[in-house]
Amino acid sequence: MSDITKQSLSELIKNIKDKKLSSTEVTKAFVERSEKSKELNAYVTEDFSAAIDKAKKFDENPNLNLKLPGIPMAVKDLFCTKNVKTTAGSKILNNFTPTYESTVTQNIWNEGAILLGKLNCDEFAMGSSNETSFFGCVQNPIDKDLVPGGSSGGSSSAVAAQLTPITIGTDTGGSIRQPASFTGIVGLKPTYGSCSRYGIVAFASSLDQAGPMAQNVRDCALLHEVISSYDEKDSTSIDFKRNNYFKELTNNIKGKKIGIPKEYRVDGMPKEIEDLWKKGIDYVKDCGAEIIDISLPHTNYALPTYYIVAPAEASSNLARYDGVKYGFRADGENLIDMYEKTRSEGFGAEVQRRIMIGTYVLSSGYYDAYYLKAQKVRKLIKNDFDEAYKKVDAILTPSTPSSAFKIGEKTNDPVSMYLNDIFTVPVNLAGLPGISIPAGHDAKGYPLGLQIIGKAFDEQNLLNIAYAMEEKINFKNKITDWWIK
Amino acid sequence: MSKDKSEYLINRKDNQYEVVIGLEVHAQVTSESKLFSTSSTKFGAEPNTQVSLVDAALPGMLPVINEYCVKQAIKTGIGLKAKINKRSVFDRKNYFYADLPQGYQISQFKDPIVGEGKVILDMPDGQKEVGIERLHLEQDAGKSIHDLDPKNTFVDLNRSGVALMEIVSKPDLRSPDEVNAYVKKLRSIMRYLGTCDGNMQEGSLRADVNVSVRKKGTKEFGTRCEIKNVNSIKFMQMAIEYEANRQVDLIEDGRSIDQETRLFDTKKNETRSMRSKEDAHDYRYFPDPDLLPLEVSEDFIEKLKLEIPELPDEKKKRFIEKFKLSPYEATILVSDNETSNYFENVIKKSDVKLATNWIIGELFAALNEKNLEITESPISAGNLSKLINLIKDGTISGKIAKIVFENMMEGDKDPKKIVEEKGLKQESDPKALEALIDKVIDDNREKATEYKKGKVKLFGFFVGQVMKVSGGKANPQLVNEILKKKL
Repeated sequence: MSDITKQSLSELIKNIKDKKLSSTEVTKAFVERSEKSKELNAYVTEDFSAAIDKAKKFDENPNLNLKLPGIPMAVKDLFCTKNVKTTAGSKILNNFTPTYESTVTQNIWNEGAILLGKLNCDEFAMGSSNETSFFGCVQNPIDKDLVPGGSSGGSSSAVAAQLTPITIGTDTGGSIRQPASFTGIVGLKPTYGSCSRYGIVAFASSLDQAGPMAQNVRDCALLHEVISSYDEKDSTSIDFKRNNYFKELTNNIKGKKIGIPKEYRVDGMPKEIEDLWKKGIDYVKDCGAEIIDISLPHTNYALPTYYIVAPAEASSNLARYDGVKYGFRADGENLIDMYEKTRSEGFGAEVQRRIMIGTYVLSSGYYDAYYLKAQKVRKLIKNDFDEAYKKVDAILTPSTPSSAFKIGEKTNDPVSMYLNDIFTVPVNLAGLPGISIPAGHDAKGYPLGLQIIGKAFDEQNLLNIAYAMEEKINFKNKITDWWIK
Repeated sequence: MSKDKSEYLINRKDNQYEVVIGLEVHAQVTSESKLFSTSSTKFGAEPNTQVSLVDAALPGMLPVINEYCVKQAIKTGIGLKAKINKRSVFDRKNYFYADLPQGYQISQFKDPIVGEGKVILDMPDGQKEVGIERLHLEQDAGKSIHDLDPKNTFVDLNRSGVALMEIVSKPDLRSPDEVNAYVKKLRSIMRYLGTCDGNMQEGSLRADVNVSVRKKGTKEFGTRCEIKNVNSIKFMQMAIEYEANRQVDLIEDGRSIDQETRLFDTKKNETRSMRSKEDAHDYRYFPDPDLLPLEVSEDFIEKLKLEIPELPDEKKKRFIEKFKLSPYEATILVSDNETSNYFENVIKKSDVKLATNWIIGELFAALNEKNLEITESPISAGNLSKLINLIKDGTISGKIAKIVFENMMEGDKDPKKIVEEKGLKQESDPKALEALIDKVIDDNREKATEYKKGKVKLFGFFVGQVMKVSGGKANPQLVNEILKKKL
């Protein structure tokens, strides 16, 4: 089969289970395509030969009852992987190899998947374009010199370019959904507490959540089923009854009530986005669901709130990278000098910016005005959703205010960069699940995504709605393999 | 008023100054594992052998609260008669130091697990109540070792993440003696509860001491200085004495006191400025997002209350009421659980009064001389009880008992055996005593005549002679009776 990498996850699993394909064949196909796709710069660390060895080993004694039997998979370089370098896209961890495995990746390997390598991302997941990575920009396979979104930019690029059949990213303010939208793939940010944070390099602890990124909703549901688990090692992990998301997936959403929040109709929103949203509403109606206008009055405050809470937590979470115990260390005259040089040279500009913002908003004299107030607003934002969910089952919005932009276009304008997350950030602040599905193209032919926001722990319903819409939308990604010579 | 006599005041010319002291005691929670990880807390292990991924703050590692430590803190709160907060919050205290791997210490800032309570001190002139402001749980840092290498500092993370209780007193203490009594009482309560071993040599109990002075009679507090990390009661007392006098001297000189953090130099016996208020760290406290607020139910607290043993104050009351001990005796005997257990074991089968005197007197002196704890006493409670019964039933005199006691201190021997082996049994046979007395009178004819003529003072001489001849074994009561008859 020459078009192995074009197959969806579900097809690959079926072919392996039916013994039409071996894990070795599948793994080799993705390795070969990845080798030919270096220009995308999707990988930070390739683990190809080990992957092929593991695949061969799998084939010797294949356990076909597993959910991901012999499936190769590259993952975002924010997940700690035992004995495989984990950088978080930063110079400060460029020499760091964990002796332990994150719970989420362990869950994946336990179901038979094989690590292909580690995917590029914004440094410490701080960015919306993958341009803050120490390891360079990632190309969007949609078009040359187009950003793949961020922070899970290597992940979105790799799935869209079929370098990996599926992947996982992390989402603190939109880092799964926005890059999914920019590359024409599906990305799910689960409910906070659904996937363990153990072993994931922390950005903002109260917002970070791992989630699947896939070519379609079915694949996404399957991977979510694998990664979502209660974990005693994460005190914020929640022990709730998880569905068999893949098995229970249905496109029957008749009678579901879908809310349309008027506050998401932001000033200056491109007509293309407005039209896409309208189309989305029609698709939902086509599926037999009911549309209800709702209000989320504090939406406007979500972005500023996020840019206080996230940097505050980050400034503290990143204090451990001090050159003392592991990671990069610069020589210094004394301890303080060593700290200053290590952190000035080890962290990039965006990370330093956020550490400074975070340090500032937590400082005595400013704490009440910024951090404490932000926490109060966060509660109000959550209350908005709670109110809305008394009337509706889910909420439909655009995923992003625009399609992908060019590399370098917004580098010098952090605020315009931050505005990218305007539709995704409220979901993290409220701890809710959100999914982005590809729903159309703009005039340039770049993909655009729609976001569905669900009730807490209601991923099944969310996936069902996405699945039903996906069928109606019938999206086809326009990828020309321009980077393969 | 008798109270004034023991008041601790610093006198200068016409002025008298009162010293105001508050303590922040850091007590290591007795627990097999650390506050947020499963690493061992055993003292004295090789450096960096008790460090988990969490303790070393590796990327992606998360703290998980140790329920046992929470129980220990609540029990301590109950022992301090304090309010237990059903909801408390762990905060991050952010600062950079090489032995602080996370770059922050997880502590409790606004919402501690235990609120206001009190400790009763038994001072020579009566009881004194000291208020407890709060008790909170926090992680210890690692240890920086600066003296192993001329250029480098070594870091040992074995202590990193060990659970501490910070117990903050109100500024109710007024003298070094009260501080001594307070720390001892606190330690005693925690040892009764089994929540802190109170071992100051191993650093299980340390304190930051806040000292200020004010002219006697004034209500307002003076500016305070905080003396950091003092690790023995003696040093606390010395530091307070030095610091209070330093502050008084400044005031007398017409100068002002700067609010600052100071260090106590134990070699020079002085406190030195460490950092001023302006240089104080901004710790940027905020709730740790890796940990949910700690919530405990009424039921959880009630169950722990059932595990609380009889504490020193109640035990003292019982000893006074049931055994008719003096408050002084009771205070000494309840000072730690082991002593009171020993006492209660001794009196199971022997006289209370004698037991009290022997424990507080002979036993404590002997243990003190050998630098032993009561748990290490060569004389078991059972054997001390036997010794007391030998005195009580007249087998041996009190004087002989001291000889037997000394023998017992050399090894846990049955006092009866010692008495038999050494032939120390008291002579109470009237016939044998009469023969002895006859011989003594015979040998001292002249003195006997003088006695008969009215020199009654000589009676003591004859008793002494009889005792001497008997090798101290003669029953003194019988000797008295027979001598009176014979003379």
